[in-house]
Amino acid sequence: MTTIAAPSGDLPVSSEPSYLSAGYTLGSWLGTSDHKRIAILYAISVTLFFFLGGIAVTIVRVELFTPEADVVTADTYNRLFTLHGVIMVWFFMIPSIPNIFGNFLLPLMIGAPDVAFPRLNLMSWYLNIGGASLTIYALIAGGVDTGWTFYTPFSTMFSNTHVLATAAGVFLAGFSSIATGVNFIATTHMLRAPGMTWFRLPLFVWAIYATSIVMVLATPVLAITLILIVAERWLGLPIFDPSRGGDPVLFQHLFWFYSHPAVYIMVLPAMGVVSEVITCFARRRVFGYTFMVYAMIGIAGIGFFVWGHHMFVAGMSPYAGLIFSFLSFVVAVPSAIKVFNWTATLYRGQISFDAPMLYALGFLGLFTIGGLTGLFLASIPVDVHVTDTYFVVAHFHYIMVGGTVSAFFAALHFWWPKITGRLYPETWARFAAILMFFGFNFTFFPQFIVGYLGMPRRYHVYPPEFQVYNVLSSAGAVILAAAYLMPLGYLAWSLVWGRRAGRNPWDATGLEWQTASPPPRENFPRTPHVDVGPYDYHPEGMSPAPYQPRHRGQGDQA
Amino acid sequence: MLAALMPSSASTQGATTDAIFFALLGLSAVILLLVLTLVVTFAIRYRRGSKADRGALPAIISRQFELGWTATTLFAFLFLFWWAGSSQLSALIPPKDALEVHVVAKQWMWKTQHANGAREINELHAPVGVPVRLVMTSQDVIHSFFIPAFRIKKDVLPGRYTDTWFEADKVGVYHLFCAEFCGTDHSRMLGRIVIMTPEDYAQWLTSQLEGDDLAREGAALFTARGCSGCHGPSSPVHAPKLVGLYGRAVPLSDGRTVMADEAYIRDSILLPHRDIVAGYDPIMPSFAGILSDGEIQSLIAYIRSLASSPERSVQPGTASSGSLVPGTPSERSPAMTPGNAVRRQPPGEFDGGKP
Ligand code: HEM
Ligand SMILES: [Cu+2]
Repeated sequence: MTTIAAPSGDLPVSSEPSYLSAGYTLGSWLGTSDHKRIAILYAISVTLFFFLGGIAVTIVRVELFTPEADVVTADTYNRLFTLHGVIMVWFFMIPSIPNIFGNFLLPLMIGAPDVAFPRLNLMSWYLNIGGASLTIYALIAGGVDTGWTFYTPFSTMFSNTHVLATAAGVFLAGFSSIATGVNFIATTHMLRAPGMTWFRLPLFVWAIYATSIVMVLATPVLAITLILIVAERWLGLPIFDPSRGGDPVLFQHLFWFYSHPAVYIMVLPAMGVVSEVITCFARRRVFGYTFMVYAMIGIAGIGFFVWGHHMFVAGMSPYAGLIFSFLSFVVAVPSAIKVFNWTATLYRGQISFDAPMLYALGFLGLFTIGGLTGLFLASIPVDVHVTDTYFVVAHFHYIMVGGTVSAFFAALHFWWPKITGRLYPETWARFAAILMFFGFNFTFFPQFIVGYLGMPRRYHVYPPEFQVYNVLSSAGAVILAAAYLMPLGYLAWSLVWGRRAGRNPWDATGLEWQTASPPPRENFPRTPHVDVGPYDYHPEGMSPAPYQPRHRGQGDQA
Repeated sequence: MLAALMPSSASTQGATTDAIFFALLGLSAVILLLVLTLVVTFAIRYRRGSKADRGALPAIISRQFELGWTATTLFAFLFLFWWAGSSQLSALIPPKDALEVHVVAKQWMWKTQHANGAREINELHAPVGVPVRLVMTSQDVIHSFFIPAFRIKKDVLPGRYTDTWFEADKVGVYHLFCAEFCGTDHSRMLGRIVIMTPEDYAQWLTSQLEGDDLAREGAALFTARGCSGCHGPSSPVHAPKLVGLYGRAVPLSDGRTVMADEAYIRDSILLPHRDIVAGYDPIMPSFAGILSDGEIQSLIAYIRSLASSPERSVQPGTASSGSLVPGTPSERSPAMTPGNAVRRQPPGEFDGGKP
């Protein structure tokens, strides 16, 4: 990787209609096999789920404003945080970036007309929607009170709520994940444009590829685990029931064997997005591209062997605990490398602070905090104290919300002009980004403190000395909620009144910017040919040139 | 100021945990500051259109930087692992003279029982400066025994014993929380840990309802439930004698060897056909459903009192349940039927009164 130059030759901008105008009927959307339209379908459903999960947690935070039970009953509270967790994890975090942006961009970025199996792709969406509907039905009609972790034997023998329907929904969504993963892997292997070698792939493609591998390998374990829950709860087979020789802790091993890698399903795509955005707005090619690739593969690989760090207090052998602790420290190294490399990418750049960049820089700070607190949890004596407290809640929100959701918004703003062909009002977007960062820290930083003070998670009522931190956290959540609502407004506005974006509003490299915005049905009028590596913002020996923002200057009519 | 942000620390482990915590906090602060300073400096210096120098970096330097910070992080992380890991190992084995307290968790209550039989609900009295070992089990779902001030937490599992220990170094009253989500009233499954001076503790203990000594209670059960018919010293039945059994390695008829600890004894009572002692026939009936959890605890205490050497012989790595046995303990553990057990229990069993 020494020479990196721009993809040669400007491709002609097609005069074909865009994928959006390829048909206006509902059937033309629900029966589509166009990866871009499927991405839009996901975008709509996932946004819906995000706000549903958000509503649930709003009530949770209102309840936690005071130490007493004054808004909802204990059972309702338990159902609400379960609803929040189940929806956010399985129907927002896991599908969001891979299924929306991966779907939309993967073929564009590698110069392909579509994914390898377009119909399977549509089927994935239906599986996802089917699973989600089942789950949401169960969560709303009666609810589930097990938490998104479904720990046995509570979930199999004691909970008298809709565990089965919820598990079935998650099971279906798991198949959607597997199908998507297989599709993306096949696409990356088979459909790269001529000249698009592995080490010319954008980091986002690498991220989606690594994620897909994790999805395909890990998700079947989740499926098996859920089947075991059904087998015990419905058929009465003794699997987790200790009174009949079952093992109540077995479930946790199986569950985390899936769910820890799932954390990487959530965060690897985010890393891909951030790499694309930082390099574009710093006008430098990513520092240490090959290290970045290996770091992602390393994270995906080692991520399979650290599940036990969720179980340090569950009574496993202390020697096993030590091994899991060791591996957890090791898996943190590639993440640290990535943070350093992103920072180094800024060095000697031409940095501009458009909304996607603000989100990406926010990611950098919040992900660092989330990652560093992960080291606390990998240290057994500290973990013993803080596990199952709000410290953990804060830690995973820093990674998943501070990290992944920030990256989600970075991606949304970065590729919005490509997806819709319109520019959004930049000032509003920057304001929302800053507000989100502020509101996020306001909400979740106090939780580290109250966690170390000893407040357990999933508590409906709590000792009064914890109240001050909970009030701070609830107040922050109001700001955060407002910040999440703002993009809904200005992005919708931009659909109608936004300035036309043109092919490449950010002067970015990458094949997706070489075709029209929004792209035509076939993506490229003719198959592009690639003869250089990615991120040619900074040709050999030259200073990076700043880009001229269209949204502030003249509109560029495509 | 910082003190207000820290929970009170009232145990010997607390000091270690806090030390590691502060080391991590220091290291994290350094890394975070480094990253933030660099990001902010670069953002200002290399903002679009600024006059800063932007020549290309020599490839050699970047390679060295990458290797440098990769190695540094790896080294720092391994050091942390070593420190945290080794202090965890040294805290693993409770001192031999530890007081032993039994804990039974159920939705949504903590029941504790002292060696002399004194019982408490949602409370635990203990002396300061004395190590206390907790042997815990659950009657229904998984709970977790959490005392923030002592920095200890351990899951309490149905059908299995887990143990943990603490040594309080300050007199006072501390929170006991259930930390593993266990159903409707999870957040009300609270208790108090009352740490007293040894004199106060002794006085408190004697003022408790004169509970039979746990082992003596077990001895009575041993006869009442017919165990002594086979295992008694003068019994004609060919059954293992239990004197000196506890803490010893027991050879089994299938060639394995197991450690006779609480879990083994419990299994032998409830699932006698699982592990047959070498040289004996599998003639013992199961007592599952006949003995309550509390009764089994008394019997275990009695059998333990028969051990020739009073020393506990838990090996590191065996927790309390003997990992010399192939398979996890719970594969051998029958335990009570969750839910039912609570109802089957004789009324008043744990309210300090007699059944
Ligand atoms: C305004 C934003 C949010 C707030 C205020 C918030 C707050 C909370 C709180 C208080 C809990 C803990 C409930 C408990 O343990 O009793 C929780 C749990 C959780 N949150 Fe969030 N959250 C927010 C956004 C998100 C987002 C965006 C995601 C994922 C995309 C997410 C994922 C989760 C998960 C997975 C859990 C665990 C649920 C469980 O304990 O079963 N949260 N959240
Ligand atoms: Cu509990």
